[in-house]
Amino acid sequence: MERLGRKSFSRGLVVPKPLLAGFNALIGFFILLLVWYVLSHTIAPKVPDPAKTLGIFWQLLIDPFYDNGPNDKGIGLQLWLSLERVFVGFGLGALIAVPLGIVIGASEGLRAMLNPVIQMLRPVSPLAWFPVGLAAFQASEQAAIFVIAICSLWPTLINTALGVGSIPQDYRNVARVYAFSPWTYLTRVVLPHSLLYVFTGFRLGMGIAWMVIVAAEMLAGGTGVGFFVWDSYNSGQLEYVMASILFIGLVGWALDALLGQLVRRFSHG
Amino acid sequence: MAFLNISSVYKRFGGYTALENVNLNVRQGEVIALIGHSGCGKSTLLSMIAGLSQPTQGEILLEGRPLKGPGPERGVVFQNYSLLPWLSVYQNVKVAVASVHRERTDGEKARITEKFLQIVGLWEHRHKKPGEISGGMKQRTALARALATNPKVLLLDEPFGALDALTRATLQDELLKVWDSTLEDGFLRAIWGSERKTILLVTHDIEEAIYLCDRIAVMSNGPAATIGKVVEVPLPRPRDRREMLESRAYVEIKEELLHLLTVVYARKAA
Repeated sequence: MERLGRKSFSRGLVVPKPLLAGFNALIGFFILLLVWYVLSHTIAPKVPDPAKTLGIFWQLLIDPFYDNGPNDKGIGLQLWLSLERVFVGFGLGALIAVPLGIVIGASEGLRAMLNPVIQMLRPVSPLAWFPVGLAAFQASEQAAIFVIAICSLWPTLINTALGVGSIPQDYRNVARVYAFSPWTYLTRVVLPHSLLYVFTGFRLGMGIAWMVIVAAEMLAGGTGVGFFVWDSYNSGQLEYVMASILFIGLVGWALDALLGQLVRRFSHG
Repeated sequence: MAFLNISSVYKRFGGYTALENVNLNVRQGEVIALIGHSGCGKSTLLSMIAGLSQPTQGEILLEGRPLKGPGPERGVVFQNYSLLPWLSVYQNVKVAVASVHRERTDGEKARITEKFLQIVGLWEHRHKKPGEISGGMKQRTALARALATNPKVLLLDEPFGALDALTRATLQDELLKVWDSTLEDGFLRAIWGSERKTILLVTHDIEEAIYLCDRIAVMSNGPAATIGKVVEVPLPRPRDRREMLESRAYVEIKEELLHLLTVVYARKAA
């Protein structure tokens, strides 16, 4: 059957799948560069074109970790500083979101009470939270982490609650009939069932955290890729801004792929 | 005083009366079936005995005490097995054993789990997940889980309905073997005592009901279903399936049940 099925269609040259995917991606990027080139040479002449940007990109890439004082660090170092903040902020957010999500998911009353609050706070921009963080912590570093935490915890909170709220009645009946302790119920029913939801929340939340970090660091100043972008703009080096965008995008992509792997792993198990 | 006493039980869902004035006395150690057309409320009654839902009116007493919610003295084998898919066969049984036999040592818990997995013939497959085993094996796991918690009453909701005829027959025999307390093991006897388990099963399979049971409670059709006649099955035990199928008594009981189900409590024309 197998021989009849697949192979008979591609009689001649057989292109391996990953190669084909890579080829398609290249075409996609080529289109991006083309559009970018055309735009930067017509309606937005101040924006550096792909050639200039990629030149800087390469320059930044080959020496990523140099450190010549507070205003001149390699892009790798800046990205690393940003990632650190993202992990701390996201981690704090998750520490709040997962337990709270479990409690909200388990109680219909609590869900009815808190859902409107969540829906109201969720769309608030990180830029609006920043002054709140500054006022609360009196320090821009902590304010940046606060902003990341509060903006990235919502998907985790909502998805965890969704997971816990969707535990099938059958499993709850098993726990009731066989007198599971609350701890057994949590570890043997609630968490295994909700894990996929929680990780999906993590993935979405991480995406938000990575978007928020740039804004937060622009406001906080000092270090990080957001600061780097803003500092480059202020010194009129737009090629650096454009190159940073490429770096930010690539790191964000990698983060998402990493968490996507985790989600996939739990959806099979 | 009956062992399990269902008296004047009503169950309404909003304006719909599912069960009306259900009365049944179950004796300790007997195997009794609830039989009826699908949708007549058999499973609703079973879930009330399990304590998973409450009667709208009336009372269910176990050894003279009214039921308060579910509990491990009423082991349930659910219709769809209800195994936790992320736990192995072993863990599915073990987690129930550990929860119910809290006062026992880890060694004893492991021993109970092992023993019952061996009784249902799943010891070799203990590391598999529910998704990796057949329906019959899932049912065996669910049975082992219910038995291992040493219930006073075993409640089975269409336990063999989803299985092929061969597997069904094998599992019916295994159930009887366990019920008959043919346990050689002294350790288990100490846990179980020498009393036979009371088994209440819901089924719509007449042959299964006769083969397994001492009595068969026939339910009338819903809405407002109730237990009609309770038919005695005076066949001697241990029963041999082939002998039973050829015996006069079997044919007579089957005729009576068929008459009750198709004529007396016939489905009203829809």
